[in-house]
Amino acid sequence: MIRVVLPFHLRNLAQVGSELTLEVNGQVTQRSVLDALEERYPMLRGTIRDHVTKERRPFLRFFACEQDLSHESPDTPLPDAIASGAEPFIVLGAIAGG
Amino acid sequence: MSKVRVLVGTRKGAFILESDGKREKWNVSGPHFAGWEIYHLKGSPVDPNRIYASQSSGWFGQIIQRSDDGGKTWHQPGTPAGQGSTIPAGPPKAESNKFAYDASPETGKALTTHQWYDGTQHPWEFKRVWHLEPSLSDPETVYAGVEDAAIFRSTDGGNNWQELPGLRGHGTGPKWQPGAGGMCLHTIILDPSNPQRMWIAISAAGAFRTEDGGKSWKPINQGLRSQYIPDPNAEVGHCVHHIAMNPKRPGTLFMQKHWDVMRSDNAGDQWTEVSGNLPTDFGFVIDIHAHEPETIYVVPIKSDSEHYVHEGKLRVFRSRSGGNEWEPLTKGLPQKDCYVNVLRDAMSVDSLDKCGIYFGTTGGQVYASADAGDSWAAIVRDLPAVLSVEVQTLP
Repeated sequence: MIRVVLPFHLRNLAQVGSELTLEVNGQVTQRSVLDALEERYPMLRGTIRDHVTKERRPFLRFFACEQDLSHESPDTPLPDAIASGAEPFIVLGAIAGG
Repeated sequence: MSKVRVLVGTRKGAFILESDGKREKWNVSGPHFAGWEIYHLKGSPVDPNRIYASQSSGWFGQIIQRSDDGGKTWHQPGTPAGQGSTIPAGPPKAESNKFAYDASPETGKALTTHQWYDGTQHPWEFKRVWHLEPSLSDPETVYAGVEDAAIFRSTDGGNNWQELPGLRGHGTGPKWQPGAGGMCLHTIILDPSNPQRMWIAISAAGAFRTEDGGKSWKPINQGLRSQYIPDPNAEVGHCVHHIAMNPKRPGTLFMQKHWDVMRSDNAGDQWTEVSGNLPTDFGFVIDIHAHEPETIYVVPIKSDSEHYVHEGKLRVFRSRSGGNEWEPLTKGLPQKDCYVNVLRDAMSVDSLDKCGIYFGTTGGQVYASADAGDSWAAIVRDLPAVLSVEVQTLP
């Protein structure tokens, strides 16, 4: 079971609490986690990754195990602690704007 | 007694202001979608309880919201949580926040380019929905004007959106360019006398008209003159800020251009300047009295370098003669130390016997006049900056 933490506004859109859990089949990567997230919560499609290119939206970052993984390949396996559910995969909004 | 519902989009959420036909006491609800930019909300003329809202954010992109009960509750049209977004071996299910330009060779064009700020060509990139225009006959059908400029349509209540690619692909796209606020399609006008005819406006490209329900489009900018572009009389490239049409007189259009207030009496084929005695003819909003098609309202803004009202006075100017002769309307509006702007979609009218006029400011005030502009009072004073105001007149 993968744990995912979303920023405030996306929690409201998906109507979930501070943390949610997902079943991810196969290798646990950014792509597989986000695919599973969007499959379960279709209203989040386009809010984290571009609808068409699937690239991360510019003002969002991906963190896990106190590391910024935003610039890692989406197909790089995430740390074991994420795959095991010991640590959450965090989608974070950049602190910017008014 | 009739009621009035005012739909207000702001930088930090939506607000709904309601009153009876006297328009003296108001109930304010909101913020809906707190913290999000709400560029526009508009109700269906067929089913006033059906309201569409454009919710967006620089962080999270575009969301479409819908209410089926007059704004009491909202939901994102599309696939509910937990139901999965694909049908086995089939197409994706509804995605109400997906605005993908039509790049198919059959129906669209390869994604075209437009002119960028530095004069080079730049690919179309979807940013947000600026304006939602519900159909005049079907509550499930709604049009969306988006940035980068294109028009989309949903025929299933906002669940799915398809571009009408004839506009973006009709040929002049490489000459369109973004204005300071982006390259936005901000105005959509439907013709109540001809379902196949509609008008749109883009900043900075100009006005366009379709006569075949959106398949093909024609630029209609003859008579516009913009001295800040290489050819002041060009077919496209004009920074049109807003267009209004009284539904009782289809084909007569009024335009607030970047500079200049214009009118056309032949559906946009030819425009004539009617700025007349306005203190400045720069501005964003323009609207028309519900029952007097020659009575027009604008809010002059000092200049394109100083986006606030002239001389520190918030004045609506009214012409009862279709332009050229304008009178300032000031009763109830601040006449000193006022430096707000009124953005292009932030004025609207009701259709009660004594026509009500409404507008919102970047300072967060929403003003109403229950006597066609003779006097004004603030409904609310301290909202976030107002982006749009729409009015529903209810039985």
